[in-house]
Amino acid sequence: MSHSESGHHELSFTQKYIFSVDHKMIGLQYMITSMVFLLVGFGLMLLMRWQLAFPGQAIPFFGHLFPADLAPNGVMSGQFYNTLGAMHGTIMVFLGVVPLGVGAYGNYLLPLQIGAPDMAFPRMNMMSYWLYLPGGILMLGSFLMPGGAAQSGWTSYPPLSIINPGQTVWILSMVILITSSLLGSINFLVTAINMRAPGMSLGRLPVFCWAQIVTAVLLLLAFPPLEAASILQLMDRVFHTSFYMPKDLVILGKQYVGSGGGQPLLWQHLFWFLAHPEVYVLVLPPMGIVSEIIANNTRKPLHGYKTMVASMIGIGIMSFLVWAHHMFISGMSPVLGNFFLVTTMIISVPSVAILTCLIFSLKGASIRYNVPMLFALAFLPLFGIGGLTGLPLGLTVTDIYLHDTYYVIGHFHFVVVTGSIIALLGGVYYWFPKWYGRKMNDTLGQIHFWGSVICMCGIFLPMFPMGLAGASRRLYDPTAQVHNLGVQPLNVVSTYFAYALALFQLPFIYNFFHSIWAGEKTVENPWKATTLEWACPSPPPHGNFTRTPRVYRGPYEYTAPGRKTDYWPQTDPS
Amino acid sequence: MNNHSWGLPVAASTYAGKIDFGIYLIHAAMFGIFVLWGIFFVYLLIRYRQRDGVAAVREDHHDTPARISVPDSFSKFPFAQMFYRNAGELKSLLPDFLVMAFEVALITFYALPVWNSIKISMPDEKDALVVEVVAEQFAWNVHYAGADGKFGRRSLELVHFNNPIGLDRTDLDSFDDVTVGNELHLPLGRKALIKLTSKDVIHDFFVPEFRIKQDAVPGMLIPIWIEPTRIGHYELACAQLCGFGHALMRADVIVETPEDFARWLRLRAAPAPAKPANPSEEF
Repeated sequence: MSHSESGHHELSFTQKYIFSVDHKMIGLQYMITSMVFLLVGFGLMLLMRWQLAFPGQAIPFFGHLFPADLAPNGVMSGQFYNTLGAMHGTIMVFLGVVPLGVGAYGNYLLPLQIGAPDMAFPRMNMMSYWLYLPGGILMLGSFLMPGGAAQSGWTSYPPLSIINPGQTVWILSMVILITSSLLGSINFLVTAINMRAPGMSLGRLPVFCWAQIVTAVLLLLAFPPLEAASILQLMDRVFHTSFYMPKDLVILGKQYVGSGGGQPLLWQHLFWFLAHPEVYVLVLPPMGIVSEIIANNTRKPLHGYKTMVASMIGIGIMSFLVWAHHMFISGMSPVLGNFFLVTTMIISVPSVAILTCLIFSLKGASIRYNVPMLFALAFLPLFGIGGLTGLPLGLTVTDIYLHDTYYVIGHFHFVVVTGSIIALLGGVYYWFPKWYGRKMNDTLGQIHFWGSVICMCGIFLPMFPMGLAGASRRLYDPTAQVHNLGVQPLNVVSTYFAYALALFQLPFIYNFFHSIWAGEKTVENPWKATTLEWACPSPPPHGNFTRTPRVYRGPYEYTAPGRKTDYWPQTDPS
Repeated sequence: MNNHSWGLPVAASTYAGKIDFGIYLIHAAMFGIFVLWGIFFVYLLIRYRQRDGVAAVREDHHDTPARISVPDSFSKFPFAQMFYRNAGELKSLLPDFLVMAFEVALITFYALPVWNSIKISMPDEKDALVVEVVAEQFAWNVHYAGADGKFGRRSLELVHFNNPIGLDRTDLDSFDDVTVGNELHLPLGRKALIKLTSKDVIHDFFVPEFRIKQDAVPGMLIPIWIEPTRIGHYELACAQLCGFGHALMRADVIVETPEDFARWLRLRAAPAPAKPANPSEEF
């Protein structure tokens, strides 16, 4: 390996910070970029929330900045709302949460936790990032295209997505992002399989590494179908092929030109074949983060390491067999619905097992209530709400009524926001000392935590009664339908909490950047952790470990009998 | 109107109550699970907070697997061995088994039979009132066969602003056909078999009070059925994103007595082929 050698070279600024091949710098690049995208996606949502709470009223401050065809007199048009909706979903999923959970955390921590000097393919790793960033910029740039950005939902169902403007750039950008993701997942798998330090058997991998491995497999197997499906959609748009377009369409009074003979449901099958595993891509890395933080702050081994790993693998396999539960009322054969009902109920079993293990890990513990632990603990009940509310949606009969209502929005935002994003934020506080050798401020962290959790619940809890009242999602003016009027005040509540949530992110942003340069300096292993990433300097030099580490035991040997300290690092030979 | 609660709209079809039952049952179970877990969780958080001089207690203090160290337990996967070593863990899976048992019961005794009765078995066309609904951006076109029970021919070439479904008025079957825009009339107490399709993009037929929802897909003719149980005015709203006017795509659903319905249909069937009076476009 040339890493020890290259460590002696003085790297230029560009080599070190921009076109870096060091997995840690790439991880941090992913971190900052994906957080910026999260903010952008959040900003789009804030605009939409105004429209939902106060339809027909001009957007304050920003309203008149938008072109008149999008927001005449500052009032959001239906087309603009649809654009924001599609882009909010796309940015949050493909440019925000997944790159943060996989690109940032996986890149930085996987090589460290397995005791490797870098990723297996450092240059390919750089290429992943340098496809992700232009892909993301292209996605944002599509706002400037004639007709605006994509406006057919992040799901892009044809025929709407074929006839709507903005979709071509969306597809091109998705193809770039998918390529980036594929390169990354291959890299992760090869690294995890080949580059583990001596003694680091699969049974000694931290749960976080297992989560990343399963995630990489999911990305590797699920994304190619979407890439193919996207290219077919591109053909339909650009060359008027008809993979998804049936014959004899009349669109706004005009006959559609195209050969016909396609099937709109084909796209839905291909899309959800990716997008359901994608849900677990959003959730598994955060579960890994929560496991690490909980093991460390309970000062005892995780309850049921093997159960958790087996459950993650089980989730990985099952996630390929449940996609059509998004399609119960799509016109797909209702008989097929029965099959997917059963698989959906099966996949809830390993998910419950993981949550159970995490909660039982608290039994007999000595819980340290620091900021990362607060985030990890909040994950459990809030992700629980997300999981439980999935039940009536996964059940065919109740889904007839609740499908595409606000109930669905509430459900998956509890999973992804109060689940994944809470865990990812907690991970920042936990590993910040590793990244910069400094600590983030505790008081600001507490403010950020309590403010965020309360506001997130305030945004998403009202969505359940709205859904039960039959309020549909994706309506740019909910008051246009009479049956929504009763629950319209809840939209206002939701909106105010959304603005408060934005305010509560300010202490975090300040804390993050202030602490990089002026945070309290910490020791190498401030949390007294056992896993390998804490067995090298903070921040680790290029090549990570001064000597290849040797692993002697499992990842969570806390409070081991007969030891003087309450933690027993994996590398400790004694 | 005591046939609905929990913020659900009034229940106005024969199967609405069955769907509501599922919603109540699952939410009661969810609530119960969440509260029980929540109490246990808060107890753990308080009972096991960090205190001076009190160390954490490992669950494996009796067999210290750190020493035994089974590095590659995944390469050998004999179940018996796993069972002995993980007896404690398996016990903690009890909640999982309970949830699974609940789900199996739910599927067997509720989801499968009710789903099959709503979405799979359809009423006989001879007994039911057959209605064809053609969705388009951003309107609902409703087509009744009229007294002869036969739908007139529809043709793509005839689609026009004044004839959104392209009904061929020269076809003999079409002479008493009724086409209405954004209005769905249904007689009380009779099964209506509605055949859904779309002219352009995917729409969704959603009447909250009937608890029915079904995508209308271009190129497909998807049957659903409704038996209204309450006279009244309801709302048919599109529930699948269909473009810039999606929120405005709605129709009135009017459930009336069979006599009123028959009278309405007779009046609407008044022959006026020269100038069909149904400008269904709201835009």
